[in-house]
Amino acid sequence: MKFRLKIWRQAGPDQPGRFEEYTVDNISPDMSFLEMLDELNEELVRQDKDPIAFDSDCREGICGACGLMINGMAHGPKLGCTTCELRMREFPDGSLITVEPFRADAFPVIKDLVVDRSALDRIIAAGGYISVNTGSAPDANAIPIPKEIAEEAMDAAACIGCGACVAACPNASAALFTGAKISQLALLPQGHPERERRVISMVNQMDIEGFGNCSNHGECEAACPKGISIVNIARMRREYIRAVRTGGQVRASV
Amino acid sequence: MSQVVLDAKIPKGPIEDKWSNHKASVKLVNPANKRKYTIIVVGTGLAGASAAASLAELGYNVLNFCIQDSPRRAHSVAAQGGINAAKNYQNDGDSVFRLFHDTIKGGDYRAREANVYRLAELSLNIIDQAVAQGVPFAREYGGMLANRSFGGAQVSRTFYARGQTGQQLLLGAYSALMRQVAAGRVKLYARREMLDLVVIDGRARGIICRNLITGEIEAYAGDAVCLATGGYSTVYYLSTNAVNSNGTAAWRCFKKGAFFANPCFTQIHPTCLPETGSGQSKLTLMSESLRNDGRVWVPKKKGDTRPPHEIPEDERDYFLERRYPAFGNLVPRDIASRAAKAICDEGYGVGPTGRAVYLDFAEAINRLGIDVIRERYGNLFDMYREITGEDPYKTPMRIYPAPHYTMGGLWVDYNLMTTIPGLYALGEANFSDHGANRLGASALMQGLADGYFIIPVTIGDFLADHRPDGLSTDHPAFAQAIKDVEDQIKRLLSIKGKKTVREFHWELGRIMWDYVGMARNAQGLTKAISDIRALREEFWKNVKVVGENEDYNKSLEFAGRVADYLELGELMAMDALDREESCGGHFREEYQTPDGEALRRDDLFCHVSVWEHKGDIKDSVRHKEPLEFEYVKPTQRSYK
Ligand SMILES: Cc1cc2nc3c(=O)[nH]c(=O)nc-3n(C[C@H](O)[C@H](O)[C@H](O)COP(=O)(O)OP(=O)(O)OC[C@H]3O[C@@H](n4cnc5c(N)ncnc54)[C@H](O)[C@@H]3O)c2cc1C
Ligand code: FES
Repeated sequence: MKFRLKIWRQAGPDQPGRFEEYTVDNISPDMSFLEMLDELNEELVRQDKDPIAFDSDCREGICGACGLMINGMAHGPKLGCTTCELRMREFPDGSLITVEPFRADAFPVIKDLVVDRSALDRIIAAGGYISVNTGSAPDANAIPIPKEIAEEAMDAAACIGCGACVAACPNASAALFTGAKISQLALLPQGHPERERRVISMVNQMDIEGFGNCSNHGECEAACPKGISIVNIARMRREYIRAVRTGGQVRASV
Repeated sequence: MSQVVLDAKIPKGPIEDKWSNHKASVKLVNPANKRKYTIIVVGTGLAGASAAASLAELGYNVLNFCIQDSPRRAHSVAAQGGINAAKNYQNDGDSVFRLFHDTIKGGDYRAREANVYRLAELSLNIIDQAVAQGVPFAREYGGMLANRSFGGAQVSRTFYARGQTGQQLLLGAYSALMRQVAAGRVKLYARREMLDLVVIDGRARGIICRNLITGEIEAYAGDAVCLATGGYSTVYYLSTNAVNSNGTAAWRCFKKGAFFANPCFTQIHPTCLPETGSGQSKLTLMSESLRNDGRVWVPKKKGDTRPPHEIPEDERDYFLERRYPAFGNLVPRDIASRAAKAICDEGYGVGPTGRAVYLDFAEAINRLGIDVIRERYGNLFDMYREITGEDPYKTPMRIYPAPHYTMGGLWVDYNLMTTIPGLYALGEANFSDHGANRLGASALMQGLADGYFIIPVTIGDFLADHRPDGLSTDHPAFAQAIKDVEDQIKRLLSIKGKKTVREFHWELGRIMWDYVGMARNAQGLTKAISDIRALREEFWKNVKVVGENEDYNKSLEFAGRVADYLELGELMAMDALDREESCGGHFREEYQTPDGEALRRDDLFCHVSVWEHKGDIKDSVRHKEPLEFEYVKPTQRSYK
């Protein structure tokens, strides 16, 4: 297969960016989108040109490292699939494909298609954990957890932290990411002792990082490669109201 | 190098008391003094994240490094199947001893008994810890934890979180880690690659890293260094591992004096998606359970290009059923892998590259109905369809074995310390617990046992004797190490040859796969050694690395890793040549039983092969750590 590519190039965080056009040929329909970019990069290296920078690692849809805006869609046109899982057969032969980084104020561009998503780590550091030191845990079966609850918690926990939800949101909100972690821990009995503190602190951090507010567009759910539901955002809000009513500290800015 | 004494420091006493006795007798660091110590932890996978979090909880000052942009993305995240623990929640007769026994036997009697027993013991605490962190393991309707069965065991002891067990366990460890980051006890350095170890007065005192965004070469000093940098399966280029997985950190420690154990012990998993042609970057693992209902075959005619449904029954060779009538498609992993490779080497393979065999469900669908098959394997069939675009309900799957795990790694004693005092190795980076073959669901267990429960105890014993001395990176040893790293980078960038890094890696992968892969023999290994040397020589004359150091530069990153693999590969071949027996994943064609099973030679090779660096790779010296089996007596593994 053959494709024309319009790819965002940007030398560094403070440099201006621009689109550049490339053509790739002899692409197997079984190749993943990133393997197609690998081929292009091999060619660029052979021509002594700077290869296109992008992040990836597992290449099977679980680590969350990859993430590109492809034809304006986070992770491309196929639902429920990361950029690394996307195959070239999803695109018509000969078509023009536009590739951009995940864009958000809270995700500054590092180079080309690589962005800094460390804001997501800081949201987790703000409270996305259960405070239990190693060695102090009771027997694992000491607290029975109904299967339905465990499954629901797992649905939320499946988030891979890729940031597609942020990139897809017109407000660049991280509500789905944050809501998923808050939900997982609010659903499980182990998470209850810290639930008020957790939600207030994580939501605060979300604001500090410069993510926008959620205004119920639902784009995040559509873009999420793991099918995380916006029910988790609703649960985060309930948790928040609950926390405020029980005397937690209020949000830094709304 | 001081005199070579491979003292594994195994505590005295009956096996079931060794760890408790050891814990009770190790020296302790006073809580108020812990914060005066700095511990460097390299890696944020299960082993690294659990170690960093637990050490910080104890009060140590921890510096934690990883290659990815976030610790949560370490390769452990990709583990699917599950984690073993001898909880015996199923009341099916499991016990610490049974898990210990299965692991020793599964490893084909090439692991240390005391370590494996401790691992089995700690498996209980791991599950408790993970549940307390909020890891959503699968549950029964009554609310209790669910289990599944895995290979090499007759009990149901595997805990799982859908097909994402590694992800959930890692996120548990990562959350504990981030809690310590927030508390200021762990300082996190993401997007860093450790490129050298700093050894002062014979002791590990720091690391040199490259900042993967700015290219800056940075130095960090500490009182001890823990390496949790994963395995080296990507030496084969294509493997089930992540593309950034690499052997560089361990290898550079080897060159600084840490001994490397059993480098040739690698695991090739039989059911992976085959190569689709050039440009492929990794191989995806498919669950082994598929062989319960799928039949493996190739056409009887060489180079038959007809689509599978046009090949009549009597023109198909169900080679596993033919060669192994008793076990058929369910022969053990190593036999299935080797048979598939052999038949493809003979020219019977299918698919565009000829390196694949069919796994056919037509007969099972006829016999059981499509609904039963969908219920059993639906998610795997979907995944297959996603990747290949073919529908396995209608046409047979194509599968092929792929490199998956490396049992070899840095040699460590019972305390997980390498031969360099103050340098520890954890998780897949060490060699410790899996012998010549790892059982499924045991790697996650080992990484977490090392990080949560072992290192926090054993490192104190060392630090208690080595008071903080205020060492800073101003010490000349750091300047020297920085210079060495910078020189290598300059050299790589200055060659400006014709062949890309990926081309070299690919060629090395071919050599490794063909001669140091599933089936090895003296002739092939000798050839591999000379081919690798030639390739290495060519690399240093003709590699093309573009761009500059002061930038995000994948070409440069990979060049360093491939340079190391061009050496490690040679050591793997040397080790495989040296070990004139077959055991576990190491199959020497010269040493097999008449029916093609691995022939172990306990009289000659019941030892760990431990390699010491001596300048050129070919001059590396092999030492032995003899293995003694007091509790599980070695027998020839039999599958009949
Ligand atoms: C597809 C797949 C499925 C698997 N399924 C299972 C399973 O079901 N059950 C099971 O028990 N095991 C399974 N395994 C094996 C298991 O996942 C691994 O052995 C284990 O997770 C390794 O953990 P680790 O912490 O040692 O290393 P890793 O998770 O590989 O982490 C390595 C860390 O070191 C860092 N690092 C590496 N080099 C450097 C450097 N030079 N400088 C700085 N940082 C560095 C990396 O960034 C990373 O943070 C599977 C493996 C694969 C590939
Ligand atoms: S590379 Fe890991 S999710 Fe895409």
